[in-house]
Amino acid sequence: MATATTPNRSWYKRNEIAVTPWLFLLPGVIFFALYVIFPIFQSFWISFHEWDGLGEKTWVGTANYERLLGGDRKFETSFWNNIKWLVLYLLAIPMGLFISLFLNQKVFGIRLYKSMFFFPFVISQVVVGLVFSWFYLPNDGLFDVITGLVGIDIRGGVLGNPDTATYGIIAAGLWPQTAYCMILYLTGLNAVDPEQVEAARLDGAKGHKMLWYVIIPQLKPATFIAFVVTIIGALRSFDFIAVMTNGGPFGSTRVLSFYMFEESLSEFGFRMGYGAAIAVVLFFIMLIFITYFLWSMYQDEKGAR
Amino acid sequence: MHSMLKATCASLALGVAATSVSAQDLTGTLRIVSDMSNPAPRAVMEGMAADFDALHPDLTVELEIVDREAWKTQIRNALTANAPDVVNWYAATRMTPYVDAGLFMDISDLWDDPAMAGLASTKGAMTLDGAQWGVPYTYYQWGVYYRKDIFEELGLSEPTTWDEEIANCQAIIDSGRKCYTIGSKFLWTAGGWFDYINSRTNGYEFHIQLANGEVEWTDERVRETFANWRQLIDMGAFIEDHQSYSWQEAMPFMVDGEATAYLMGNFSVAAFRDGGLTDDQLDFYQFPQINPDVAPAEDAPTDTFHIPSGAQNVEAAKAFLLYVTSPDVQSAINGGDALGQLPVNAAASVSDDKFIQEGFDMLSNNAGGGIMQFFDRDFPAEMASVGMEGLQEFMVFPDNLDDILERLEETRQRVYE
Repeated sequence: MATATTPNRSWYKRNEIAVTPWLFLLPGVIFFALYVIFPIFQSFWISFHEWDGLGEKTWVGTANYERLLGGDRKFETSFWNNIKWLVLYLLAIPMGLFISLFLNQKVFGIRLYKSMFFFPFVISQVVVGLVFSWFYLPNDGLFDVITGLVGIDIRGGVLGNPDTATYGIIAAGLWPQTAYCMILYLTGLNAVDPEQVEAARLDGAKGHKMLWYVIIPQLKPATFIAFVVTIIGALRSFDFIAVMTNGGPFGSTRVLSFYMFEESLSEFGFRMGYGAAIAVVLFFIMLIFITYFLWSMYQDEKGAR
Repeated sequence: MHSMLKATCASLALGVAATSVSAQDLTGTLRIVSDMSNPAPRAVMEGMAADFDALHPDLTVELEIVDREAWKTQIRNALTANAPDVVNWYAATRMTPYVDAGLFMDISDLWDDPAMAGLASTKGAMTLDGAQWGVPYTYYQWGVYYRKDIFEELGLSEPTTWDEEIANCQAIIDSGRKCYTIGSKFLWTAGGWFDYINSRTNGYEFHIQLANGEVEWTDERVRETFANWRQLIDMGAFIEDHQSYSWQEAMPFMVDGEATAYLMGNFSVAAFRDGGLTDDQLDFYQFPQINPDVAPAEDAPTDTFHIPSGAQNVEAAKAFLLYVTSPDVQSAINGGDALGQLPVNAAASVSDDKFIQEGFDMLSNNAGGGIMQFFDRDFPAEMASVGMEGLQEFMVFPDNLDDILERLEETRQRVYE
């Protein structure tokens, strides 16, 4: 900073460095506040009411939460299904890593193979869901034919049996998600330092030791991103459920986001208050992960400084 | 208040004018939003709009057709923001949210018009809180559509009592087939079975009391209904894995002869014919009697037209409703080459299609119990969705009945409070 300031410089000129970034951020901040932050508080507000979306809101206090957390079985099923999704969806990360290692070589036509593996991520989730629901069809579906050959008969078909339906949908969801993780790791592998690999090789590292102690630590940024997108994908698992089972059979494949949609926006829904209460609970579950992500990104930034 | 006064004036004026329907000179624009999006209904709707437009030279009719499934949720936006003058919807309890929110116009005055006398039988389905909120334009019967050729091959005749029904079914199962196909993935098909078995076991009055939340789901009479239903389930009357199929996906079982009958609405006939069944192979019978002490009630869902309370051109809208329900138009739009369903006006002529004829005969002469609108239209929305899910579960796991009924009862206590 210069010691002497000319007195006739305007306020903006004096504060230009501090103000300009905010000016550039302003449009984004306004829209983010209007379309993301404000609706969050609106949802909180609605969740304390009973409202059909048309008439007057009636204040019911915490009644929606009491019903939701006090033994609503649909909520419990949805919650545990969400947990299943979160845990099993993470399988996409090791599977994506494995495929990317496999594809990270220079042979003729590798680009074609890579794009074939990436293909499921490019097509719409709705299409993937539809293809898998045909695959799972009882009697005629390929999956049923194959399991039939080894003598396993799933009653009602994979999607018609409440014990298997959720796993069937998760498997369908893993297909594109694995492709996504694969592409993240493929770019990550490009950034692996060949000198370190060389040095490790001279020291006698190979096979899984090389992978575990040399490659994977260098892939940490890719792993972090893969983890973030997979968690978010698991919590957003709405399209697959809507297309493949519509929450059935007997509501056994509902997750919180689908239950929220059903209560508030579906044909027999329009219980906005209750739907909002579910949304709030889902928000807090997501908040756990969001806090972790932000915290670990903050740590990284601090370390880099 | 002011707009109410205006509406009353307009309706009074209409009351005078309506006696000579075609003579009134309507002006302005009439905006219609319709959910008749399937090919045949779409043609009918477009035809009606064009004819009405031609009938009134000073009036412009604007028609917008919305996908039928999408309309079920879109109607809310349509009614609240810039409402059109005429919309499609469904009869009975399904109207409640919009009537309660004041979004449908009370058109009781229109029902006082002498031209509406022919619609007396449908008035009940359009009445809520002692007023009428719309007019019907078509309805269709439900019943058992069956493979006549297979019945003949096995020497069976149409059952009229539950014992005959069970005996028939046993014979069909013994021949290596299933008695009924059903696709319960989207739940409502199971609602039809419940409507019929419950009303045949306990009567129409009881069924409606249950729909109105006046009876507990754990009531002994409800259990009796499920016990009757279970007889069929336990003998293996229904196709397996039905929870994985939509109603259309369940149809090939009957077309291929793996199942012999389907409890369905009359709209399925077109699909059967498309599937390759001829009228010699396909026939219809009324759902058999279970309890001889109760008069048979029938599912006959009614589709309707309503005037939103935010309508701009109320006069033209009312004239359009009168036009739609008039005998000539009713005969034309419900004919075999149009909707292929039943006209709502008693003075209209019924198509000579054999299924429509049989349905008309059944509903006029043999539905003394009453007319049900269907599970998801008679029961309030939340009760219907929880209910149909329970019915589907019962059809797959009948042993869960106690648990299901408890769940439904819990919902009932909350929904109707």
